[in-house]
Amino acid sequence: MDGQVKQKIKTIKVDLDKCNGCRACEIACAAYHATPKYSNFNPARSRVRMVIDERNDEWVAIRATDYTKAGCDGRRTYTINGKEYSECSFCGSVCPTRDLFKEPDSGLPLKCDMCEGEEVPMCVQICSRDALTYEEKEVHEEPAETVKLNEMEIGLKSLIDQYGVQKLTDTFARMLQK
Amino acid sequence: MRYGETGYNLEIDLSRGNIERVETDPGLTEQHLGGNGTAAKIIWDRVSPETDAFSPDNLLIFSAGLLVGTPVPGCNRTMVDTISPQTNFFSHSIFGGYFGPELKHAGYDKIIIRGKAPELVYLWIHNDKVEIRDASHLKGKGAQETAVMIKEELKDQKIQVAAIGLAGENRLFMSTIEHCNASAARGVGVVMGDKRLKAIAVRGTKDFQVANPEELFKLCLKHSQDMQASPFVGDLMAIEWNDAFHHDNFSWGNVRVRRKGYWNQELEDRWKDYTLKIRDRLQGCYNCPKNCHLVVKPPGRQRYMLKCYGKGTWHMAAFKEVDFTFDILALSQEYGVDSYAAPQAIAYAIELYEAGILTDQDLPDFPADSGDRFYYLLEKLVRREGVGDILAYGLYRAARMIGNGAEKYEHNTIKKFEQVPVKLGKVNYPYYLMYCTSDKMAINQTEGSYPQDPIADLEERQKFADEWLSAPKRFQRYFMEWEPRSNPSVEASVNICDWNETMHYVDDATGLCAFCSSFRGQFGGSTAYHVYNIPTFINLATGLNLDADDLWQVARRNRNLVRAINVSRGLRRIDEKPPEDHWKVREPEKEQELLDEYYKFKGWTNDGIPTKATLDKLGLDYVAKELIKRGILTGDEDNSYTETPCYEGKSKEEIEQFSSMRKSAQFTLTDYLHKNK
Repeated sequence: MDGQVKQKIKTIKVDLDKCNGCRACEIACAAYHATPKYSNFNPARSRVRMVIDERNDEWVAIRATDYTKAGCDGRRTYTINGKEYSECSFCGSVCPTRDLFKEPDSGLPLKCDMCEGEEVPMCVQICSRDALTYEEKEVHEEPAETVKLNEMEIGLKSLIDQYGVQKLTDTFARMLQK
Repeated sequence: MRYGETGYNLEIDLSRGNIERVETDPGLTEQHLGGNGTAAKIIWDRVSPETDAFSPDNLLIFSAGLLVGTPVPGCNRTMVDTISPQTNFFSHSIFGGYFGPELKHAGYDKIIIRGKAPELVYLWIHNDKVEIRDASHLKGKGAQETAVMIKEELKDQKIQVAAIGLAGENRLFMSTIEHCNASAARGVGVVMGDKRLKAIAVRGTKDFQVANPEELFKLCLKHSQDMQASPFVGDLMAIEWNDAFHHDNFSWGNVRVRRKGYWNQELEDRWKDYTLKIRDRLQGCYNCPKNCHLVVKPPGRQRYMLKCYGKGTWHMAAFKEVDFTFDILALSQEYGVDSYAAPQAIAYAIELYEAGILTDQDLPDFPADSGDRFYYLLEKLVRREGVGDILAYGLYRAARMIGNGAEKYEHNTIKKFEQVPVKLGKVNYPYYLMYCTSDKMAINQTEGSYPQDPIADLEERQKFADEWLSAPKRFQRYFMEWEPRSNPSVEASVNICDWNETMHYVDDATGLCAFCSSFRGQFGGSTAYHVYNIPTFINLATGLNLDADDLWQVARRNRNLVRAINVSRGLRRIDEKPPEDHWKVREPEKEQELLDEYYKFKGWTNDGIPTKATLDKLGLDYVAKELIKRGILTGDEDNSYTETPCYEGKSKEEIEQFSSMRKSAQFTLTDYLHKNK
């Protein structure tokens, strides 16, 4: 076990069968991440969103994971208990092919942080039907060397992807001169 | 800065294609809160009593309730108000689901629609971008089918749609506006159809603010958990297998037969098995922890969601079983007809056929089986073919158009409006008043805070009264005096009717769901929301300072304003009577005494018209002026409403201490009925 560290992995379990589609998770998430805290309850700002297709009885809470500059080539469909789900219904990536997990004013990506500082993420706290439950797992793993990007860095990275470094630097320079 | 509401309405003129975003007067929020309160104000101001329901000048108003879209759990109602062609009075309907919160996040509290589109159109609201779009490709499409097509066309699954089906397009009086798991019934779909408006699609991603966000959020988080745990909140019908309550007591066929002892264990097991076989899940509305909707997929039909007593009305009207209801609802909800009036209209036609008033000529190839007859007549109805073209006007008019004795088979309307299918034994005083005087035209939109039945055991009764947090003191006293199989006193009856209707007016202004509030107190005596705790939620969300008495006063103001609209359109005491056979045993003199006393209590004339004194005291002096100008009031009537103090015998501190929900591990309708009948 030399060189390995104990790490707590926070996980949210999603029981699709228990969800009643109330979307309280979206409200709680938006509220928790607002500045000042709780000052907002707009689902469009939430880092957990319900993918809903009533006709298919599809109610899936997905959480925003990583920003990606290109849509994937997947497009598989899964049939579970006779109901067909698109691969996208389970994917938390912030990708250009869909309007999900993008901050409504700036279009910048949102990312779930498991509500750091809270014992249990807010979406789980408010989910009274236990569709979302929280679990901590202990794993042993090699110490990670990746640098965690903060929110501004993620935002800037997506701007670079969208407009290119040159355009972004030019814009910054111009704005600083004002 | 506006809190709790957006402060803007959307004004749409379909005749001219004009769209405007209009800032609203915060003073009106203080006076009426919102929802059907502010809608009534707009209709009073802008729709003259001479305006026909089918005139382009009639307004169709969609209002998200004052607290809708805030973190307040179970608060998601959209009110739809207009003038009804069926009653020629104010028509009030509500629906849940997700539409109201989406509208608020798009930046609007209301959509006010006037005029008529030259061709079928739909409205697309995406934040500040609002378009009137061609809907010719949606003509004749089902309500949910329309929603699916619009979401695909606009490439966004998160759009919320409210749409009419074929019934609304064909201007059936019983047509609904359907949205996801909910529908607005009671005569508003017909006006949407008349305006040639197939659907409204909304997508909103904007913020709006609340006054005290942190405190509100924390309170709501706790409240939501309490609501989930409470058996006194939500629709018991959705989750209980025993439904002897409706099947043994409500009427079957054309509101004709009461089948005492119909319910049995074998039936219950069989229906449960069938339901579980086709049921995918139980489902709720926006920000509500309760499970009041069934998601079902009957064999050979598309999946849909159903709610409430619609689960019983179709098969009871057709003398069939629950599988029949599940199947025909898949059609009727797509066509967009309601589950009270439509089954009654069909059962009525069947009765006329059996009586020889309608013949094979009227109903060519009429099937023999009652279920087949329902499918046959539903198609005729929504397409307005043959007899369907007459039934489309609702039972009251249809009976008179058919003539030849058909009138006497029409026996379940009040103010020309179809009622819940129930006929009972002996006149019930509070119910007599609610049926007579409600301007909501439906008992389930009027009853609900005061229990339906007394408790025989004195000790238990006392315990119930002591723990009854939602009731002003006088109701605890009335309840203690209430012996089984007796009527409450006249004074108690008048107060009970007043409290029941008041709570509905509170819900319809704030957007709270009646299953969490005004409707649920009658079974178990406890709700998530009541006159004592609603002011706290309003205060934290909007910053408005009001207590229980102030809240009651707003509800009274809204009630009187709706009343004034109807009075100006001709409503009088003579219209306020239940169907003659609603109860077998009647007490005509007592009934008139009840009505006299109720009018007096409300501060109305003996003809049911709010007096100048009442209107002035409510800040509705402009209404009094108009009623005097029109010769409806003389202005000399000095009777004003009776005060209804909420804190009498109850201190604010005591209320605050107990203002959480009544706790109980177990409460079922089955137990309740077993105990109290």
